[in-house]
Amino acid sequence: MGEVMLEVQALDVTFRRGGDTVRAVRGVSLDVARGESFGIVGESGSGKSTVLRAICGLAPTTAGTIGLKGTSLATPRPADFYRRVQMVFQDPYASLHPRHTVDKVLAEPLAIHGFDRREARIEQALSEVGLGSDFRFRYPHQLSGGQRQRVAIARALILEPEVLLLDEPTSALDASIQAEVLNLLDRIRAERGLTYIMVSHDLAVVAHMCDRLIVMQHGEAVEELTRAALSAHRATTDYTRKLLSASEGYTPA
Amino acid sequence: MTPLLTVEDLRITFPTRSGPSEVVRGVSFTLGRERLGIVGESGSGKSQTGRAILGLTPPPGKATAKVLDFDGTDLRDASPATWRKLRGARMSMVMQDPKFSLNPVMTIGRQLVEALKFGAGETRRQARDRALAMLEAVQIRDPERVFRAYPHELSGGMGQRAMIAMMLVTEPDLLIADEPTSALDVTVQVEVLRILDRLVTTRGMGLIFISHDLRLVSSFCDRVLVMYAGRVVEELKASDLDQAQHPYTRGLMNCLPKIEGSQRPLPTLERDAAWAK
Repeated sequence: MGEVMLEVQALDVTFRRGGDTVRAVRGVSLDVARGESFGIVGESGSGKSTVLRAICGLAPTTAGTIGLKGTSLATPRPADFYRRVQMVFQDPYASLHPRHTVDKVLAEPLAIHGFDRREARIEQALSEVGLGSDFRFRYPHQLSGGQRQRVAIARALILEPEVLLLDEPTSALDASIQAEVLNLLDRIRAERGLTYIMVSHDLAVVAHMCDRLIVMQHGEAVEELTRAALSAHRATTDYTRKLLSASEGYTPA
Repeated sequence: MTPLLTVEDLRITFPTRSGPSEVVRGVSFTLGRERLGIVGESGSGKSQTGRAILGLTPPPGKATAKVLDFDGTDLRDASPATWRKLRGARMSMVMQDPKFSLNPVMTIGRQLVEALKFGAGETRRQARDRALAMLEAVQIRDPERVFRAYPHELSGGMGQRAMIAMMLVTEPDLLIADEPTSALDVTVQVEVLRILDRLVTTRGMGLIFISHDLRLVSSFCDRVLVMYAGRVVEELKASDLDQAQHPYTRGLMNCLPKIEGSQRPLPTLERDAAWAK
C-alpha cells in the first residue's frame, strides 16, 4: 500500500445530553492510502456518518486520534484542513442555501480561503461537474436533485482538496441519476488522484466505488473487506452476510 | 376471476400558471388478489396513481377515468358516505415515512383503536385486543409497550410496522403501499415485506406496491407496471423483468451498480423524447 493519506486510530465518539450517553462510535480504526477509495457501510444508527463528521471535527471525539498525512489533527481543525479535506452531504435539498445562487455557493469557499482567479475557477468547476455556465446564476430551487448534487460536488472540488468525504452522496437520487453522479465521482478521482471516503447503506454502490470497505454495526467496525472479497460474497460475519442477502432483493422465507 | 380493481384511462391534471399539467396520462390496469408493482422515477406519476384510487388526489388536482371500479363500486363519483365506508375498512394505504403519517400527539394504541371504531361496531375491549393482536402479527415483540407509546418513542422500522398494523387491522381487501420500505434499513425491509407477503397469500388481499426500486419490486411482486412521464410504458411479469423490451426499463435495470463487479463507467439512461409521447 502506498503513502497513508488519512489515518483513524481507535476512534470513540460519545454524545451526552442530560443523563443520557450514547456511544455512537466505539474504537473504530481505519487507514486510507493516497488515491484510494474507502467505503463505510452500515444501517442507520451504526455510526458510519459520525465517523465522517468526527474526521471533519464536527463530532465530539472522546478518544482516539485522527491523522492526515502523518500529522495528528488538532481540534478545532486549522483552516488549511478544510481546504485539503472537503465533504459532500447526503441531501442536496438541505445542503445548499436556498437563497444563494450557484455562483454565490461556489464563490464563498474561494473567498474564505483567499483564492485568486475566482471567475475562472467557478467556470471551470461548473464545467467539470457537467453543468454549463448558464447554471451559474440559478437558485437551488431551479435545479433538479441531480444538478444540486453536482453543485455540491463542485463546491467541494473548487478548493482543490486532496480528500473528499462523501456521506451517502446518491441516496436521495433516482437510479438513473445515481449512475451519472457515481460516474462523475469516479472520473474526477481518476483525473485528480483524489482520496475518497464514502459512506453508504447501499452495498452495491460501495462495491462499485470503493477498493476496500468496513462494515459497521452499533458503532463498531465488525468487518473489513476488499472489493474482491465482497463481490465473491466472502463475508466472515453473519451481519455482513445478512446485508449481502438483503441487498439482492426479497427472498420468501 | 373478477378483478378486485379495474382502472381504465386514469388521468390526473393539476392546474399551473402555464395551463393544466397532466401528470398521469391514461393509465389502465386491473388488479386481482395479487401483488402488483408500480415502478418509476420521481415524477413519473406512480404515487398520484395510488392516491387517485383512494380518492386522495390533493386539490386543486383533478382525477378522471373511464372506469374506476373497486369490487363493483364505481369510485369516480362516490359520495363522501361511500368513501367513509370504503377507506380504512376495505381499502387503505401505507405511506412512505412513518414520521409524517402517524399522529404525533396520539399513542399508537389510540390510533389503532380509532381505525377500528370507524370500521366495525365492537366494544372498546374487543377493539383493544384486536389491535394488540395486530401489533403482534407485524412482528412487534412487545405489543403492550408499543400500544402505549407515542410515535416519537419508536424507531423508524417500528413506526412503519405500527402503521402497517393500523392499515391492516380492519382487514382491507386492497392495500396500496407507497414506498413502504424506502425509509427502512435493508434488514428491516425484508421483515416488513414478509408481513405484506403473508397477508396476500393467507388473506387473499390485493396489493399495489409502489416503488422506485426495480430490483426489489422484481423480487417481491407478481406483476410490474413501469411508468414513465405519467404513462405505463411496459407491463410484464416480475420474473421476466430481465427480458424487458422497453429501452426505459432496460436502461433502469442496467444503470444499477452490482455487487458482483459492475461495468465502469456505469451505463447511463439515454432518455428518448418519444417515450413520453
